[in-house]
Amino acid sequence: MATTGGHVQGFGQTNRTDRWWVGPAATAGGLGAWLLYYAWAAFQGKYWAAGPYISPFYITYTHPTSVTDTSPAYAFWGMWPEWWPALITPALILGFLPGTFRVTCYYYRKAYYRAFFGMPPGCAVGPRPVNYRGETGLLLFQNLHRYTLYLALLLLPILYYEAALSYSWGGELGIGLGSVILTINCFLITGYTLGCHAWRHLIGGRLNCFSCDGISEARHGAWRFTTWLNIRHMRFAWMSLYWFLFTDVFIRLMSMGYLPDINTWNGISWIADFH
Amino acid sequence: MSRQRTLRVWRGDGSSGQFEEYTCDVDEGMVVLDLIHQVQKHHAPDLACRWNCKAGKCGSCSMEINGKPKLSCMTRLSDYEEGAVIQVQPLKTFPIIKDLATDVSWNFRQNERITPFTPPQLPEDGDYRMQQVDVDRVQEFRKCIECFLCQDTCHILRDHEKKEGFVGPRFMIRVAQLEMHPLDTVDRIPATRDEYGSGMCNITRCCTEVCPEHINITDNGIIPMKERVVDRFYDPVTIVLRRVFGWGKRA
Ligand code: SF4
Ligand code: SF4
Ligand code: FES
Ligand code: FES
Repeated sequence: MATTGGHVQGFGQTNRTDRWWVGPAATAGGLGAWLLYYAWAAFQGKYWAAGPYISPFYITYTHPTSVTDTSPAYAFWGMWPEWWPALITPALILGFLPGTFRVTCYYYRKAYYRAFFGMPPGCAVGPRPVNYRGETGLLLFQNLHRYTLYLALLLLPILYYEAALSYSWGGELGIGLGSVILTINCFLITGYTLGCHAWRHLIGGRLNCFSCDGISEARHGAWRFTTWLNIRHMRFAWMSLYWFLFTDVFIRLMSMGYLPDINTWNGISWIADFH
Repeated sequence: MSRQRTLRVWRGDGSSGQFEEYTCDVDEGMVVLDLIHQVQKHHAPDLACRWNCKAGKCGSCSMEINGKPKLSCMTRLSDYEEGAVIQVQPLKTFPIIKDLATDVSWNFRQNERITPFTPPQLPEDGDYRMQQVDVDRVQEFRKCIECFLCQDTCHILRDHEKKEGFVGPRFMIRVAQLEMHPLDTVDRIPATRDEYGSGMCNITRCCTEVCPEHINITDNGIIPMKERVVDRFYDPVTIVLRRVFGWGKRA
């Protein structure tokens, strides 16, 4: 239906002639594929560690039923109790916690409101015709994003700890391809976390005067650093998301014996070399 | 050497109209507004179109070009495929007066709802002092040329027609500019949520995408305002700190 300016009305309707749907389609594909992989990997509960490496999907993981694939050497955090239901893998829990951080992230909100909810699918493209209420009503919970940030900040040291452990095997310090991959994973997730809008607000954005005293000057410095990351928040969001997945894939393939690691302990070494 | 271009332009008033096509000679470096002027000169002297500076600074020549909200004086013909017809329409969000001219006065009424800058009493020597670091952040918002392209694109105003519930991105950054100003004394947070409708924005960033002044409307204006609203109304910790210790109150 045309309106008086020759505009078109209705979901997905537009007079735009460029390929506006490429962005939302790529977003939907990228997020969808990641979620599918995650769902599969989280429930699968196997091949989560290889040599000194433990998949970031499974940090803190030592589920008894899977120790057959690996060895108790991975029990960094002690064994999970016997009665623990096998279906609730630690990856599920550990995916859920940072998951809430990403779901309520201001960048991902844009991405999925556009790609999955068609609200709107693109700029000057018709949104789904609903009684729109924005982020009031049902979506009011998005206002608590900062609490998921606190959770993410708590998990960061664990991530670094696991990465640090990957620099030693059999009591000997060293470095391997896996250690590098795990370390990059930490850096990317840190870059994403510290570029958060809620963090940017808390660290200094909430001030009206950056120059009024020594503390606000220091906070201004931190705010500027966060602003640098914040401008690149989307980039960090995607890079950290997929590097996280890639880290799991690397460790999985290595643990299954399909890929070797290159390290200072055994040179080019297959999973068998670690036993 | 001169080539030709066909412009398909909406002709009509607020109640009815149709697209008309006009073909004109064009030269190297021309912008869409030049083509409209050619049409006025050679074919349709009564074609209505608002413009003023032709330099991307007055914000008058906003329209939708091939479906995208743009300044017609800053959009080159060479951005479009050689020989392809270019379609221009008035802004969708505001009532049409005639052809490409719309009545954007709704925006002026939104502006009136915002309490103006309210500095404290002048110090004895008559000078306010402000440091560059504090100027920098609010300066970005002052680049606004009031072209209202962001208002036109925002789906809340454009498609959901919730004009009564949301002042739109242009005025969210005006509020942000005042709220973040170190000398302003007004508490603008309750109005930001309850009157200006910060909760309506779902941060899908179309305003930022179309802003010809490249103001980072969403990331630097609306989201920081939303976080301030969270401090005041949604975060139990900051609510308690404020109530009990007077934390975060304006001096
Ligand atoms: S980010 Fe908010 S204000 Fe900007 S266009 Fe989207 S909904 Fe409108
Ligand atoms: S914020 Fe940008 S798009 Fe919106 S009115 Fe100002 S200059 Fe135009
Ligand atoms: S993590 Fe993206 S805004 Fe907080
Ligand atoms: S004519 Fe002034 S901005 Fe285009």
